[in-house]
Amino acid sequence: MDFALLRDAFWGLTFDGIALGAIYALISLGYTLVYGVLRLINFAHSEVFMIGTFAALVAASGIMGVNIEDDPRTGGSMILTLLVCLIVAMLASAITAVLVEIVAYRRLRQRGATKLATLISAIGVSISLVELFRIITDSLPREFPRIMEKTFLFSYAGADIRNDKVIVIIAAGLMMFALERFITKSRLGKGIRAVSMDENTSTLMGVNINRVITVTFFAGGLMAGAAAFFYILVYENTSFKVGFFLGISAFTAAVLGGIGNLKGALFGGFALGLMETWTSAVFGTAWKAVISFIILVLVLLIKPTGLFGESIQQARV
Amino acid sequence: MANLKSRFNLRDKGAEYWERSPKWRRVALSIFFIAICYALPFLNNPLINTPGSDFQSVLFYPVGMYVLMAIGLNIVVGKSGLLDLGYVAFFAIGAYTMAILGTKTGLNFWEILPIGVGLAMLSGVLLGTPTLRLRGDYLAIVTLGFGEIVRIFAVNTDSIGGARGVAGIPTPPDIFKAKFTILDPKPYYWMLLTFTLLIIWMVRRMAARRPGRAWDAIRQDDDVAQLMGINTRKYKVWAFVLGAAVAGVGGVVYASQILSIVPDQFNLNVSILILACVVFGGIGNVWGVILGAVLLAFTPERIRFLSQPRILVFGIALVVMMNLRPDGILPKKKREHFDPDWQTVEESGEGSIK
Repeated sequence: MDFALLRDAFWGLTFDGIALGAIYALISLGYTLVYGVLRLINFAHSEVFMIGTFAALVAASGIMGVNIEDDPRTGGSMILTLLVCLIVAMLASAITAVLVEIVAYRRLRQRGATKLATLISAIGVSISLVELFRIITDSLPREFPRIMEKTFLFSYAGADIRNDKVIVIIAAGLMMFALERFITKSRLGKGIRAVSMDENTSTLMGVNINRVITVTFFAGGLMAGAAAFFYILVYENTSFKVGFFLGISAFTAAVLGGIGNLKGALFGGFALGLMETWTSAVFGTAWKAVISFIILVLVLLIKPTGLFGESIQQARV
Repeated sequence: MANLKSRFNLRDKGAEYWERSPKWRRVALSIFFIAICYALPFLNNPLINTPGSDFQSVLFYPVGMYVLMAIGLNIVVGKSGLLDLGYVAFFAIGAYTMAILGTKTGLNFWEILPIGVGLAMLSGVLLGTPTLRLRGDYLAIVTLGFGEIVRIFAVNTDSIGGARGVAGIPTPPDIFKAKFTILDPKPYYWMLLTFTLLIIWMVRRMAARRPGRAWDAIRQDDDVAQLMGINTRKYKVWAFVLGAAVAGVGGVVYASQILSIVPDQFNLNVSILILACVVFGGIGNVWGVILGAVLLAFTPERIRFLSQPRILVFGIALVVMMNLRPDGILPKKKREHFDPDWQTVEESGEGSIK
């Protein structure tokens, strides 16, 4: 127990926690969107994220030609590289998510299979993807080249504000804003909300349910891909196992806020990010998962549907 | 379609044959199959042999162990419909009880076994009592968390070995001529098989009586079951505790055979694999669950010659299987008269989307 560390570095930890929370929030949006529409835990979502990190890696070294030994890029070249990596990661994750839906969910859904059968099918996809990448990467972690110079922009109350984390927080905020506009304003977004309210009635009202579900997975995948790029930008490495740890945390975050609820996912993501960084300062990083789970259990005991309830249709983000 | 389905429905055919058979034939068949199970380590058939790993060891772990655990998890998931993703925790508690008491005290295997099972049951009560109010998916994440917490606790607590685990766990004392040594997995297999048969017998007895009917009702509709006067909370906790007890048995036996354990053996993947066994074989039906466990445990060993991509093949097989037979290979027998319209209603109502 080291409360002195928490007290001294409080603002620094808080800043790191927000950056981590932004990544969690983006991933948990994918869980929550799918849950809202299908009432299913998308077990393969963590692998959607994992593929995003590898796509960013390929984009950086393959498309933009950044090598591990290179100096970080500057100016326009840096911005271009960042953008290309982000877009490639987002697209790769989104396409993976849509394929996962077609392979693991569609047929079972149309046959009205039980929830557990669908869960096992998704687990099968998840195992296959992890194993595929384990074989491709030879079980080794991969390093991400440094695209941008990491500098401290300014200090506030002893907290050093690092530029890459500022980018992550701002960009993640923009993504969430865009998703919120999409869900509340667009036609397809309305379709998503309608299906999450009542699947049968929305079919009767002329909502193309397959398209809505595809769009839901696509949107969730885009968010996971963005999270993957931000993750790899800050932590600069990835491995085939990366989805597992991040996925569990993000799922916890979604449940914490009330799964199926966009606002809940955002809140849960940030809350979990902050809790993990604060508690790992006090108890050591080894215990952070334990503390998060204990908090989750306590929240669920007091409010069994999560902090914000579980309906996507009422979400105002 | 209905005709085609019933013609090829081996499970119903088998069940009908069994129900029509006179008592002597049932006894004879049971003895025959049990004898085959006990004789399995001596069979050296190229069809079922496992190139690349010792067949007798494979029979004990993973095959026998998965069967035992899948039967235990089936009480929780299959019979009462509670999704438990942290089942490995109880297995770990059993194994750690054996490891710590075995190395630090003079107690032998048979004295530790009830303690290990008791501790697993106790942790089942502690986890179950507060959390079983939660609905499906929330229960899933809380149990998943519990499984991870037990593992993380074991990794970070140096007094129980930390990340290096516990080594030098004693083997059980000899029974007659059967010597329990690391070199010979046969006695362990026979012991495990005996436990498994006992547990199958107990579960079947229980399923046919009041608890079994209560679990059925809870699985189909929790609220209605409560309205009918069933103490749902009590029976849910019981299902949880019995499942935990079975995993505890598995853990104690496993630790005494493997001699040293490390916390990372008890990760989430084990829980998921056991769950896959239950669903893959046919949820709720104990024979289906056994078949699923045997297939899922055995196949990766059988195709070990593929070495690298074998888990990949396994994952793909899981997806393909679930797409072809979403109810598992041997689904639970539906007692109602077969009516295709009804079946869809029933299937979608039973623990599915809503």
